[in-house]
Amino acid sequence: MVTAIQTNSLSTWYGSKQALENVSMGIEENKITAIIGPSGCGKSTFIRCLNRMNDLIENFRTEGEILIFGKEINKEDPVELRKNVGMVFQKPNPFPKSIYENVAYGPKIHGINENKLDIIVEESLKKAALWDEVKDRLNDNALELSGGQQQRLCIARALAVKPEIILFDEPCSALDPISTSKIEDLMLELKKEYTLVIVTHNMQQAARVSDHTAYFLYGKLIEFGETNQIFKKPKEKSTEDYIIGRFG
Amino acid sequence: MRYIKGKVFESLCLAATVIALLLLAMLLWDAWDKGAGWLSIKFLDSFPSRFPEQAGIKSALWGSIWLMLLTALIAIPLGVGAAIYLEEYAGRNKFTKIIEINISNLAGVPSIVYGILGLALFVRGMALGRSVLAGALTMALLILPIIIISSQEAIRAVPSSIREASYALGATKWQTIKHHVLPAALPGILTGNILALSRAMGEAAPLIMIGALTFIAFTPESPFDPFTALPIQIFNWASRPKVEFQYLAAAGILVLLGLLIAMNAAAIIIRNKYQRYIKW
Amino acid sequence: MQRIREFAIEKALFLCALVSILTTLGIVLVLIFETLSFFEEVPILDFLTGTTWAPTYRPQHFGVLPLINGTLMIAVGAAVIAIPLGIASAIYLSEYASAKVRQTVKPVLEILAGIPTVVYGYFAISFITPLLREIVPDANIFNAASASIVVGIMILPMVSSLSEDAMRSVPRALREGAYALGSTKFEVSTKIVVPAALSGILASFILAISRALGETMAVTLAAGATPKMTLDFFESIQTMTAYIVQGSMGDTPHGSIEYKTIFAVGMVLFVMTLVMNIASMWIKERYREVYS
Repeated sequence: MVTAIQTNSLSTWYGSKQALENVSMGIEENKITAIIGPSGCGKSTFIRCLNRMNDLIENFRTEGEILIFGKEINKEDPVELRKNVGMVFQKPNPFPKSIYENVAYGPKIHGINENKLDIIVEESLKKAALWDEVKDRLNDNALELSGGQQQRLCIARALAVKPEIILFDEPCSALDPISTSKIEDLMLELKKEYTLVIVTHNMQQAARVSDHTAYFLYGKLIEFGETNQIFKKPKEKSTEDYIIGRFG
Repeated sequence: MRYIKGKVFESLCLAATVIALLLLAMLLWDAWDKGAGWLSIKFLDSFPSRFPEQAGIKSALWGSIWLMLLTALIAIPLGVGAAIYLEEYAGRNKFTKIIEINISNLAGVPSIVYGILGLALFVRGMALGRSVLAGALTMALLILPIIIISSQEAIRAVPSSIREASYALGATKWQTIKHHVLPAALPGILTGNILALSRAMGEAAPLIMIGALTFIAFTPESPFDPFTALPIQIFNWASRPKVEFQYLAAAGILVLLGLLIAMNAAAIIIRNKYQRYIKW
Repeated sequence: MQRIREFAIEKALFLCALVSILTTLGIVLVLIFETLSFFEEVPILDFLTGTTWAPTYRPQHFGVLPLINGTLMIAVGAAVIAIPLGIASAIYLSEYASAKVRQTVKPVLEILAGIPTVVYGYFAISFITPLLREIVPDANIFNAASASIVVGIMILPMVSSLSEDAMRSVPRALREGAYALGSTKFEVSTKIVVPAALSGILASFILAISRALGETMAVTLAAGATPKMTLDFFESIQTMTAYIVQGSMGDTPHGSIEYKTIFAVGMVLFVMTLVMNIASMWIKERYREVYS
């Protein structure tokens, strides 16, 4: 049981407004960990700390530690970090380029040789369960794909740089149920090789796919444990209230 | 009664619009009427002369082209570079706001004041004399605010989701700008640049200030040569009392307008062509 | 290595942005330097209050008021044409015209804005002046009216376009509220939309006038080269800009007092347009309607 991600007393602020308070938690390797909670509870903020996407926001400040496979990430080069920790966003955001170029972009800028790119693109598209649908039109514009396909393309794109961890920020909220279930199946496959952290406001989804679940409220981590336990026998009342639907 | 009032008002507003369009039509017709007869290949290929029948626009035409190319070389990298800095790198702080207000003000400074600056700084200060280079530097400063503002708008229109996707893959800021932001903003930037250059092509005042209003019967061969330009030649001919020169001026105007139409058409074509690739 | 490259690129781009500050500094310093030098020879009070401008004649007079007079005449005359026509056409395009009409007419109006000023100057002397002299036989061959008219046409698209943008950004909800109460289109346009868009409309007026103040080629060709204090639009006058052109066309020796007048007049022009541009920005900020 290896801890892939460990946060110790992580607190963050946007300017003077505190977004996360003292979050300490350990995420296990090769598992799917779901982050749930009502709107504004800090789950997106938390996940974006893990690949330092919040650095792009002015006046953002953190205290506390984030360790990825033992290394404190705030001291590391964010560019290197993001190679290792990929992200898939809520609204699919493929580049306005061809399908091939989308997937090849990551490896290309990290210096992979041109002739190796074809193999990497094929591998990544296969892992993202998209290869069969696009293998004959790799040079088509990525924006011509359907929403669900675009999201799988974004997953392939993230896989192409060979990360160890993949972060999903509400990846299915803009998708129809069929695409959603395809992606959920995909995630179950991917966890064999990668560590997945997924933010979702869809509790059924969390219950379906994740091994562990963390429940956030107003920037604090209220409860964290095995998904089965969280959903069947939550320890905190607040967790129970949220899960049953008393608020949210 | 209210109804009639409304109809009268509407007619007045419509009339105003029609008048504006009519004025444009009259202006164009006047130039065509007076100048079309004097347009010919010979006209394009001859140098100005005291004798109207022999006079031509060659030196002004090539002078303008030289001027435009040099101005573009100077103003476009500076302007687009500044726009990239302001949109992608600069924070939302007081210093940035000052730069942006400053650029806004510069856009409203009369072109002749740029001519004064050019005279003092480039012609005299840098001892470039009445050269194409001095003219190009002056024009570059004149259109720089326009290029910056339009490029900023084009860059701002690129959705931030594209940038986020790029950063999340581990790209650096410059990689993100170079591979994603700029290509997406390119149609807008190009259109803005072409429009700025077409504005520069029509300006005479700054060039008069730096001394381009002399009898030039040759085309430039280096950036340090003296030169004349289309608007200057038109001005020259228009200020002469002899009526043939008035017609020559009209012919020159047609050449100038023709070039401007070509440039603006190019801008529109480019924008439409690239718009097909970028569909958010 | 990549770090260094990123850093260098950022600094290079910053320098590009800095050029704009340097330009302003350049303009201000050049003007101040020569103007101060000018005021060493000519008392500032004489300059600002004198009513005769004759720097090249003997005895020399350096009163700038005739030039300001000429410039203001042109600006006022142009405004008289551009503002009513501009606002009316803006209202038509924004409130009455169908989308198709708007899409065709608006770019055509923009063409008016793109025509070089020297072409307007030519139009003034080749078409407007002869026409004017048929109506008013006493009119001088160089006169302020002719130049005013073409400058008015030149700035009309500014008023029209900017006002129309301001009016279009008034939310539909505001108009619908008034219609629901039984207002006519005329009432909605004049009582709801125009007042709501007022800051943008006023700003467009000021910007257009500022442009008229700085206009050079049309006035040089059509308005004349005789600075005088007059309110007669059919006489020839001289504007600040026309004088600056005249000053640089002759062989004024560098460093002479005549040379310095170019900068002194340029300074007055710069300050006037700067004040107007700042005023227009301020009006837009201060009176910007908050719609929701």
